[in-house]
Amino acid sequence: MTSAVGAAAHGLVRLPVWRARFVLFALFVAFAALLSRALYLQAMRTDFLQERGDARYSRVLEMPATRGRILDRSGEALAVSTPVKSIWAIPADVPLKGAERRKLASLLGLTDRELDRKLGDPSRDFVYLKRQVPPETAEAIARLRLAGIYESPEYRRYYPAGEVTAHIIGFTGVDDSGQEGVELAHQDTLGGKPGSRRVIKDRLGRVVEDVQSIRAAEDGRDLVLSIDSKIQSLAYSALKSAVEGHHAKAGSLIAIDVRTGEVLALANVPSFNPNNRTRLTGAQLRNRVITDLFEPGSTLKPFTVALALESGKVTPQTVIDTAPGRLTMAHYTIRDVHPANAMTISQILQKSSNVGAAKLALALPRETMYGLFQRAGFGAAPSLGFPGAAAGRLRPYKTWQPVEQATMAYGHGISLSLIQLARAYSIFATDGELVPLTLVKTASPASGEKLISVATARAVRAMLETAVGPGGTGPQARIMGWRVAGKTGTAHKQENGGYAADKYLASFVGLAPASAPRLVIAVAIDEPAGRDYYGGSVAAPVFAHVMQGALRLLGVPHDAPLEPLEKPGEDAAKEST
Amino acid sequence: MAKLNLLLLAVVVACALGLVTSQHKARKLFTELERERDRARELDIEYGRLQLEASTWGLHSRVERIALGTLGLRAPDPRKVRLIARDPGR
Repeated sequence: MTSAVGAAAHGLVRLPVWRARFVLFALFVAFAALLSRALYLQAMRTDFLQERGDARYSRVLEMPATRGRILDRSGEALAVSTPVKSIWAIPADVPLKGAERRKLASLLGLTDRELDRKLGDPSRDFVYLKRQVPPETAEAIARLRLAGIYESPEYRRYYPAGEVTAHIIGFTGVDDSGQEGVELAHQDTLGGKPGSRRVIKDRLGRVVEDVQSIRAAEDGRDLVLSIDSKIQSLAYSALKSAVEGHHAKAGSLIAIDVRTGEVLALANVPSFNPNNRTRLTGAQLRNRVITDLFEPGSTLKPFTVALALESGKVTPQTVIDTAPGRLTMAHYTIRDVHPANAMTISQILQKSSNVGAAKLALALPRETMYGLFQRAGFGAAPSLGFPGAAAGRLRPYKTWQPVEQATMAYGHGISLSLIQLARAYSIFATDGELVPLTLVKTASPASGEKLISVATARAVRAMLETAVGPGGTGPQARIMGWRVAGKTGTAHKQENGGYAADKYLASFVGLAPASAPRLVIAVAIDEPAGRDYYGGSVAAPVFAHVMQGALRLLGVPHDAPLEPLEKPGEDAAKEST
Repeated sequence: MAKLNLLLLAVVVACALGLVTSQHKARKLFTELERERDRARELDIEYGRLQLEASTWGLHSRVERIALGTLGLRAPDPRKVRLIARDPGR
């Protein structure tokens, strides 16, 4: 005790050693804890923490991509996407009653009850109130400042030409992807790919730095079609008035520039308004030119004649015995409407003689006939890249009976689409070449497979000119100022495995100007129910109207004197296929 | 030695300030670029709308209706129209 008292007296207290050690140890433990925590945060959880830190100022922005426009050959817009808004809600958050709610309903164009029903289920987290709302309406809704109502950007496609181009262009769905027509066929290039990027935002929400581009946005590319909207409009209105005037079920038309293979017009009636597709029927939606098959009837005769000429056995002046205007084979009788005892090959086309065409076909081997039909594209879907293109029916020649070969000579027992028929006629317009068709504008002249010789093509063209001349079946196809060549067709429609007695498909396929053909136009009118049902009196006037307008619009030089045409007789157009 | 250190310190401070200024400038320019990009997008959208409007006003059927109806125009007699071939030299 004394020593302790002595030390205290000196101002010194000797503390136990363990206390200092304890403090040192405690400090060491605390430091070790800090170090290990730091190590843990820095090494093990660095990704998570980095992310949290970045989240304070960096944001991922969506980069919207617009769908490409569709333009006609002169650059006129046929389909354009513009931004709109879609309005959606979280039902549980929407204030229940009040004038504001009624106001919202009227802005959205809904009745109060419809709005109530949409907001009726509070368990749902997301309800679209209305999609594709114009920006002005969306702004008005935003001004109401309602809780639980949100908007998100969307695109809507507009089609200024409406029903006139409806079948070619098609339309897009609510998610801006193609569903029909060119919109579907060219979805890959038209559709944009939205991208996203990471940016740094400052306190005011401005983007101050691009950190990285996660995926670059790719806007869809514009598509320039081969369609000439003036010719298209002319074709549609002519077709529509013809279908109405003849009380027909439907009508279709296609115009082709044979120099480039471009489709200048493609019209169908009935049509639809692509901007408002609330009530649509399948009949309206069908692109008949491409998807509908029919028995072409007499319009196929020029191919039979071309084959006969190619065989070298006959010339246009060769006389064929067609007496007495009937031909009976295996219980089947082929008849002529304008019977004659003998006709030259040229007259067979001019008068549209079934007997003559059948006799020409019977003199040919089945293979050659099949060969030309097949190479002309019958029985195979045209390579347009268009959805729903029909192939048609061309049976293998080994199964052909003689009577079938005979009827096929005038277009029975074979089916094809109007676009196939129009394309096949290009061999008479281009001195024998079958041009490949395109719906996209091209600058270069097209060249295709040569199917018949120049001499044959020209000879058939000259014959087709007489078919629309005085004494032919299609004089109403003539136009002032240009020479026209073409062929009428009046086919009985097939029904329940046989031919319907009073249902016809009136058609006309022709080309002009005959001296240096530029256009092929094919017209088909389905079930004309009026007094007239012949191709020469129903389809040919539509052809003439559209051809005249198109040649004028294209500035094609005249090749015929500008004299008024004399009116053809009443029964000139009569024919039986 | 002390002099050299002071000099180096001055250089470091100058570099640091330079970095801050250039960063600031870069961000300002970038904001401007963003604004211009937004404007470009808006103009593109407006161009689409105007194109749409032009197409709607210029619809062939509408032009024809006004030409025939309101203005009383008619297509000329083809006999009074002369087509002139384009000079291939130009």
